[in-house]
Amino acid sequence: MSDQDAQTAPGTGSAHTAESGSSSTELPAQLAEVVEEFAELEERQKLELLLEFSRELPELPARYTGGYGQMEEVVECQTPLFLTVEYDDDAGTAQLFFAAPPEAPTTRGFAAILHEGLSGLSFEQILAVPEDLSERLGLARAITPLRLRGMTAMLGRIKRNIRAHLAETDPAQAG
Amino acid sequence: MTTTEKDFSQYANPDALVSTDWVAQHKDDPSVVLLESNEDVLLFETGHIPGAQKIDWHTDLNDPVTRDFLGPQQFAEFAASKGITPETTVVFYGDKSNWWAAYALWVFTLFGHQDLRLMDGGRLKWAAEGRELTTETSPAQPAEYPAPASRDDSTFRAFREDVLAHLGKPLVDVRSPLEYSGERTHMEGYEQEGAMRGGHIPSAASVPWAKAANEDGTFRSRAELEQIYTEQAGLGQADEVIAYCRIGERSSHTWFVLQHLLGYDNVRNYDGSWTEWGNAVRLPIATGEQPGEVPAR
Repeated sequence: MSDQDAQTAPGTGSAHTAESGSSSTELPAQLAEVVEEFAELEERQKLELLLEFSRELPELPARYTGGYGQMEEVVECQTPLFLTVEYDDDAGTAQLFFAAPPEAPTTRGFAAILHEGLSGLSFEQILAVPEDLSERLGLARAITPLRLRGMTAMLGRIKRNIRAHLAETDPAQAG
Repeated sequence: MTTTEKDFSQYANPDALVSTDWVAQHKDDPSVVLLESNEDVLLFETGHIPGAQKIDWHTDLNDPVTRDFLGPQQFAEFAASKGITPETTVVFYGDKSNWWAAYALWVFTLFGHQDLRLMDGGRLKWAAEGRELTTETSPAQPAEYPAPASRDDSTFRAFREDVLAHLGKPLVDVRSPLEYSGERTHMEGYEQEGAMRGGHIPSAASVPWAKAANEDGTFRSRAELEQIYTEQAGLGQADEVIAYCRIGERSSHTWFVLQHLLGYDNVRNYDGSWTEWGNAVRLPIATGEQPGEVPAR
């Protein structure tokens, strides 16, 4: 993965992004790894892996320990989840920070997957992540589609944040 | 532990509730099975009351093909796998003020299981009192549960035809005010679950389910509940009441309150709820904050 790849992403017709919307859309390497990890497992083990992810959601850095108040609440989630994005405009990358209470392990697990899979990627890579990411993890049977919507909502919220940031910093590029 | 125990004898059916103290004392009784039913599918694994079994209504209680619950035979097999016999005292508890626990309890009710109870305050209260939680799962001792003759879909459950026939009698909509008025088709904080129309069943009173719960997840006192339902929602001494929400889960909590705590004679839960009614062809709706008129038939 290089910055060059990222710069060419949307609308430039580069070969590997051409099949938008199909299931063959290439995922960024760090996200593909997470998806593969889940894909290999039986239903029961998928839940165990999700639980492991939930335990590994990184603590918020000290600058956010003032609490959830200064982060954005993802209201579509079934339990309180707080999200903030830090932008490195020179590199064109985004760092993601999540927090969710321990009594919401499923939500924490979803957040940890997105953190592990997306944090640090370029704006374009994150915006290009397919909307059906939650389905690709193969969790629908164990978790039910109803619950998976929380993850789709988180991804949507991350993308909306990045688009808004792009619109602010470079209105000409925003679309 | 010196907690002031609430006196359950104030409620119409004092046996439908047990305290955390009671559970601590009786959880190892051979005649008692604890079932934890949560919204969060992983919460049980992070720690539960020692000896409790997990129940996930999404995957355990629903028929995988038809939008319906298990049949009697499947129910019997499920109950037996959790160590439950028809004589077992089944105590449900869970997250979110026992909302999903009430749902599981209501489904068990359809199969005629006699001794069903909720642990007042649910998981939250148990944890807040610093009581033991364990991540160790103990497999249930398989039991014998003869298949019930039928699932009773008429006494405690209402279908859309029943609701249509019921119009004019008390209906309680337990969703949030914005879902009731029609500004939203899903509950605040929850992802869209899809309904063609926003609004409520004409003439339904709006009583969001959480009004029945205290901050700590326990049920409000009988006097408070009477104030909310009998007075404010205008149920009075109604003979028949139907409660509904979006998919029938939140309204199970209200069903429990009306059936067991206030003792209404005939309370049914319409589990098709708004995801059915708001999508169905030829069913009337009302929008805005007022209950609206019963349509002429």
